[in-house]
Amino acid sequence: MSTLTPAAPRRSAPDTTALKAGSRRRGKSRMDPTRNNTAAGLAAWLLALLFATPVLWMILTSFHSETDAATNPPSIAANLTLDAYGEFFGASSGVSPWPPLINSATSSILSTVLVLVLAVPAAYALSIRPVKKWTDVMFFFLSTKMMPVVAAILPLFLFAKTVGALDNIWFLVLMYTSMNLPIAVWMMRSFLAEVPVEMLEAAQIDGASLLLTLRKVIAPVAMPGIAATALICFIFSWNELLLARVLTGVMAGTAPVFLTGFVSSQGLFLAKVCAAAVVISLPVLFAGFAAQDKLVQGLSLGAVK
Amino acid sequence: MTTATARIPRTGRSAPKPSKNARSRERALAWARRAPLLPALIFLIIVTQLPFVVTLIISFLNWNSLRPDETGFAGFSNYVQVLTDPDLRQAIFTTIILTVSVVLASLLIGLGLALLLDKKFIGRGLARTLLIAPFLVVPVAAALIWKHALLNPTYGLINGTLTWIWSLFGSNTPPQPDLLSQAPLAAVVLSLVWQWTPFMMLILLAGLQSRPMDTVEAAQMDGAAPWAIFRHLTLPHLRQYLELGGLLGAIYIVQNFDAVFTLTSGGLGTANLPYAIYQTFYFANEYGLASAAGVVVVIGTIIVATFALRTVFSLFKKEAAR
Repeated sequence: MSTLTPAAPRRSAPDTTALKAGSRRRGKSRMDPTRNNTAAGLAAWLLALLFATPVLWMILTSFHSETDAATNPPSIAANLTLDAYGEFFGASSGVSPWPPLINSATSSILSTVLVLVLAVPAAYALSIRPVKKWTDVMFFFLSTKMMPVVAAILPLFLFAKTVGALDNIWFLVLMYTSMNLPIAVWMMRSFLAEVPVEMLEAAQIDGASLLLTLRKVIAPVAMPGIAATALICFIFSWNELLLARVLTGVMAGTAPVFLTGFVSSQGLFLAKVCAAAVVISLPVLFAGFAAQDKLVQGLSLGAVK
Repeated sequence: MTTATARIPRTGRSAPKPSKNARSRERALAWARRAPLLPALIFLIIVTQLPFVVTLIISFLNWNSLRPDETGFAGFSNYVQVLTDPDLRQAIFTTIILTVSVVLASLLIGLGLALLLDKKFIGRGLARTLLIAPFLVVPVAAALIWKHALLNPTYGLINGTLTWIWSLFGSNTPPQPDLLSQAPLAAVVLSLVWQWTPFMMLILLAGLQSRPMDTVEAAQMDGAAPWAIFRHLTLPHLRQYLELGGLLGAIYIVQNFDAVFTLTSGGLGTANLPYAIYQTFYFANEYGLASAAGVVVVIGTIIVATFALRTVFSLFKKEAAR
């Protein structure tokens, strides 16, 4: 009794409403009687192109030679070349981007794995079999995310300096884990809460063990959400600059730290700057488009579906 | 069981005292439920709360790592300095301007885009994908592109386009503004609005699509004008989503470091608090002062976050109550 009653009313309901909302949306939006769709479509396309221009321009410039890149007016039709990419990957510049790229991959992937290891059980304890006062715990998690990094960075820096963890990728992994854990718990709770309670009850009546229930009932429903959570954690870690800039240096510097090397570079390297920006943004663009549908839910901490 | 025993006294029946055995079993059960939660909770407390307590302590110290002999208790003098030092006061002011203008502009443009994307048109999926792209460029990379490829006064795309347009009319004296040196804060705002508008659009689009269409249709049937529907049905429904987007955006933008660092390196009055704090402890080694400024940021964030939490809570309670 006690295991099921608190969970049952809360979690059996959303599914039916979600279903209703889904069918309603599917049924009605097709006959949404807005007359000026063409005008809206044109306006949307114009604005979409305007917003995408910097990204498209970055990509185009990265395929231009340095002389074609830095012209006024812009040379859109200039010959395409891979020179800037060759330059970026260290053909002649001397500074290889591989160590920072590998550092970014290491810190992002490892911290994401660590986040999942910590967040999945926590989300389970907050949704499938919720602890007492689970909402309070949820809001504690959220409040840690709202604290600005600058409020904790000096002690972290001093601690790392004292124990010799400065410029050490493992320390950065721990920092990124703490940075993403609250978001991951919030997101995953909402994904686990989508597991229909009837299915859990049925599994319990059939005498399925916890592990079997996790594998056969919970995992299939929650897996897409967990994957999206992982992608979003990866993006946040990959993008992070302040912690990496303060806590790493030569050995453990990440890709964003490497990019800051271009902050004061002049027009001679414009194509190379664009190539660098493209290469370093690619993983995020892929992860972001892959997680597109769940992106809002993740970024709004699971409050909006 | 727990709920049942709690209800008994209210119904007037005498509650059977739970045996010692049952109570300890219940306690064990409670711990079994809590166990999966504890690693995450303990980890977060150690890694986020503990450092902040240390920041709080350091903020009351006179501590410059270059002058170790002068270290000592400083009382509130660091806080007084944060509020009176012209640079730090300017940083507080810049942070407010930056946050408010970016949030408002990206919310408004995001709302417009969400309303457009809520309609059906050819290639909507692709248009939506293009619109999300700015949010999916690494922030430092985005800031670099703005600095070098778009805003550069001699070969940037914006001035280049102006040259091209003017040349179409046979003029070779196009206006060539230099936003980065003439209005650096506007340049930072522009790049951040570009990056954050998709975020607002996504949240508001989710809000629009959760709108109950039957009332809208009923209103249309009754002959309500589109503006009236927007004003009286759509906007009230979107209110919570607008609040949520604004508050979450504010929390992220208050903390912005990447754009300020990359575009202007904090020059010409664009240093916001995170950047100023970074400089104060990283280059000036003023640990006490930096910590006090950090605490000021937290106080500011708490004010915003209280409202944010309330909004998240109301949306969240709606979900929990369903």
